[in-house]
Amino acid sequence: MKNLAAAAGLAAVLVFAPLSAGAQDLTLTIKDHKFTPSEIKVPANKRVKLTVVNDDITPEEFESKQMKVEKVIPGKTKAVVRIGPLKPGRYPFVGEFHEDSAKGAVIAE
Amino acid sequence: MLGALIIVFREVIEAGLIIGIVMAATRGVAGRGRWITYGVVAGVLGAVIVAFFAGAISQAFEGSGQELFNASVLGIAVVMLMWHNAWMARHGREIADEMRQIGADVSEGARSLTALAVVVGLAVLREGSEVVLFLYGILASGTSGMALFTGGVLGVVVGAAFTALTYFGLLAIPTRYIFSVTSWLIALLAAGMAAQSVQFLYNAGTVNVLGTTVWNTSWLLTENSIFGKLLHTLIGYTEQPTQLQLIAYLGTLAAMYLLVRFARHQPHDRELAAPAE
Repeated sequence: MKNLAAAAGLAAVLVFAPLSAGAQDLTLTIKDHKFTPSEIKVPANKRVKLTVVNDDITPEEFESKQMKVEKVIPGKTKAVVRIGPLKPGRYPFVGEFHEDSAKGAVIAE
Repeated sequence: MLGALIIVFREVIEAGLIIGIVMAATRGVAGRGRWITYGVVAGVLGAVIVAFFAGAISQAFEGSGQELFNASVLGIAVVMLMWHNAWMARHGREIADEMRQIGADVSEGARSLTALAVVVGLAVLREGSEVVLFLYGILASGTSGMALFTGGVLGVVVGAAFTALTYFGLLAIPTRYIFSVTSWLIALLAAGMAAQSVQFLYNAGTVNVLGTTVWNTSWLLTENSIFGKLLHTLIGYTEQPTQLQLIAYLGTLAAMYLLVRFARHQPHDRELAAPAE
């Protein structure tokens, strides 16, 4: 049990900070397994909050390895995804459950 | 159908690897089959429940519920894996000795099995809930559902076969080395999980520092490829790790090392069994 306590103590050393204020709000919508808009511009080198609205009745997983995001969005719900700070560039994302059609990219500039 | 198979297999592969390693790590320990089965069954039940409440979990904590949930699940698994390795450092040699002598099950190990059953359960829970949601989505959309659904179920079967492959692959390692190999695998597994866990905390907005990407090896190996995915689970390969992830990864390995050393040098609880080796 001593080991457990030591490990828990280590976890508590993690830095906790309040939510950064002033993050910009941007919205993506999933409809018929497609993203609208399919490309979205965000400011570079900043934390950004994306709102992803799933208008389909089926669940979707918003995923981007490049942006290190992985989030399940059940049908007819919306989710908030925090990304960045991103260096300027193009960051593709997919809806993992319908990868053929659900594709898009975040452009950081 | 093939598409569904691949999607489900990709989700199942991580849990499959973990179960394979856990099974190899508990080789020869009595009752391990039962405990691992408990873990899998609890994980599947949990996955269905989590999938059912996916909406509620997502909305919790101002929309960060899912990230916090994943971070906690991974965090608990890391602690359990540490505990297991510390425990093995203390008792592993006895188990290996007994296995060599009698070539049969040893009675030791129930406590560590609980920790590993939890790890198995959590792995199945996390990946399984996504599979359940995906399959539910296919059923809900109605169109050409049956072929896709069959593909999905086949994906689970292929994942199970993969677990068996991992397990028998590890069993090929001589008894003498198997516990040190599995201890290393478990240490790297835990470090990778810790790195994933802190990223979820970062995505949740709980942690807002050290988010800078340190390097990018996507040109060499992408995490989307099957090999990339395997390495991601096995050693925590990340194509673009952040400072935070790197610290968590190295910190977990260091903590694991210290714990194991500490456990090894502690006197045993029970001195009745074996005199000095």
